[in-house]
Order: sequence, then C-alpha cells, then structure tokens
Amino acid sequence: MTYEQTLLIAKAIVLAGQGIGAGLALIAGIGPGIGEGYAVGKAIETIGRQPEAKSSAQQTMFVGCAVAESTGIYGLLVGIILLFVNPFLGRLE
Amino acid sequence: METLLAEDFSTELDVSVVGPRKMIQIAFGDFTLDISETIVTGWLIIVVLFILMKWLTKDLKVVPETKRQVIAEYIVEFFNNTVKEMMGESMVKFAPYIATIFTFALTGALVSILGFRSMTVDINCTGTWAVMTFVLITYYKLKNNGAGGYLKSFAEPVIFITPINILSEVATPLAMALRMFGNMASGMIITSIVYAFLTVLSNVVYNALSLQALEFLNYFHIFQIGIPAALSIYFDFFSGVIQSYVFIMLTMVYVGQAAGANDA
Repeated sequence: MTYEQTLLIAKAIVLAGQGIGAGLALIAGIGPGIGEGYAVGKAIETIGRQPEAKSSAQQTMFVGCAVAESTGIYGLLVGIILLFVNPFLGRLE
Repeated sequence: METLLAEDFSTELDVSVVGPRKMIQIAFGDFTLDISETIVTGWLIIVVLFILMKWLTKDLKVVPETKRQVIAEYIVEFFNNTVKEMMGESMVKFAPYIATIFTFALTGALVSILGFRSMTVDINCTGTWAVMTFVLITYYKLKNNGAGGYLKSFAEPVIFITPINILSEVATPLAMALRMFGNMASGMIITSIVYAFLTVLSNVVYNALSLQALEFLNYFHIFQIGIPAALSIYFDFFSGVIQSYVFIMLTMVYVGQAAGANDA
C-alpha cells in the first residue's frame, strides 16, 4: 500500500470515529430531558396546588431548567465540535 | 432524446458552519487585532439602543404625559422590581447593570431575525459577560469576608475539599458562558441544516418538474418560504429571550449570594 492510500484509510477511520463520537456525545441529552421534565411536572403540581404562587414557581422552574440543561449543552458542544471542526484530522500528518 | 437545455439543480447537501467573519484587521507589528462581525454588530446595537433610550427619556415630566415616558417608566420599574425580588431591597443599585446586560443580550440574540449574525453565537461575547459577573462575585466576596476569609472559604467545610471548591468557583462563569453560547449556537446550526435541506428539497422538485431552464430558481427555493420561520420563532426568539433572562437571573442569584444582603 502506498503512503497516500494509508493516509486515506486513516482519514476514513478518523471520520467514522468522529461520527460515532458525536452520536455518543449527544446521549448526554437524555439526563437533562428527564430532569427538566420532572422539574416542569413538579412546577405544574405546585401551580395546581397554589395558583397564587404561579409567577415565582415559573421563574424558579425556568432558572432550574436552564441550569439542568448545562450538562446536555456540554454534550452538544462536544458533538458540534466533532462534526464541524474536525479536531483530529489535523493530527494525522 | 433531446439534450437538456440547462444543468440540473444541485441536490448535494451543503452545510457549512463558520465562526464570525473578521471585518477589520489592525496590525501592531507582529500582533494583529481582529475585529470580528460580533464586535461590529455590538457597536451597531449600542448605537441603536443609545438613540432609542435617549428618545425614550426625552423631556421627562413628574406626571407622565406621553406614552413614551410610560414605556420608559415601565421598563425601569420592571428591572427595579426584579432586582428587589431576587437580591433584596438594598441591592437596587445593581438594576442598571442587570438591565444593561439583559437589553444587550436580548438584542444581541434577536439581531439574527434581521439577518445579522447573532452576537451570542460567539463564545468571546458570552464569555466576556460571564467574566464580568465573576469579577463582581469575587469583588463582593472579598469585600464581605476580607482576603483571608475569602481564601479560608475555599477550605470549608474540610481542608481536603479545596480542589473541588476551586473547581466549582471556576465552573460558575464557564457554565454561564457555555450555556448561552451552546443554546444559541445549536439553534443556528439546526437552522442552517434545515435551510440546506430545504434547498435540496426545492431543487429535487424543480428537477422533477423539469424547470431547469428557469435561471432565477437558483436563488429562489420554494420550500424556504414560511417553514424556517416556525423554527426561527423557537430558536431565535424563544431561546434568545429565555437565555437572556436566565443569564441575568443567575447573575442576580450569584452576586446576591456573594454580597449576602438578601433581606427580601
């Protein structure tokens, strides 16, 4: 095999790895999904029980959801970087 | 069979995600100062907001006579009340800072509706705001506890936990910056993927209807009308408003905690 062919195969392996890695990184979305759903459910319960606390429950819920989302966002960023920035292709040479 | 008059429309999915463009480059010897699209958009927003605020607060009266003044008072009241609610009565001095961050972040996120690149789709921009908040937090911790007390607070409750405390201190601004950037960037990427997909879909339909001769269809994709607008409402508008709101909320919570004046 020539050097170019080896490089091509190496590139293909790297690209495949990046694709699989991006897909795996987005599994991080499951946790925040469950967590936020739970938080919203609890907030609705609170509003049902105490309608006068609606605005403060909503406020706290939004902030809590945003904080719970961070881990999902980190996974998403890793996925985006793997898909669009191709950080490992440059290390082949 | 006759040869086609024109080429088929391209049906290749072309998604390219790029960072902010460099608009101006100023060289100081070896060092080049890049002024990116984000900064130029920021300048434009600052000018527009400045003119708007000047206009809103023009000849104020004790009893409002114009709608303009009612709107201005409503905005100021809203921020004063939010800050009082979240941080306590004595922290109202923070209202201008919170209002500035919120207005800037909101307009910075919503400029994408006008076709600019959203300011918040740049980690440098959200990072700057997060660092500003971090400086405020640290300033108030130092002011309230003194340098010794500040350093000692890292070793609480037990000395072994110091690395974790330092990590969580650094993670605060990092999480704030990444949260806003990640939300807005994912919206932008999904929107650009949808645009690319709709281009391909339109081209496939044009090819099937053999409309290859019509040159202008290269720039006019029928499915791009209306469909991206629904996505834009969620990703640009909803996400932009929520993330700006969350950003100021977290700023208020963290700074309020550090200042320790929560008498609400």
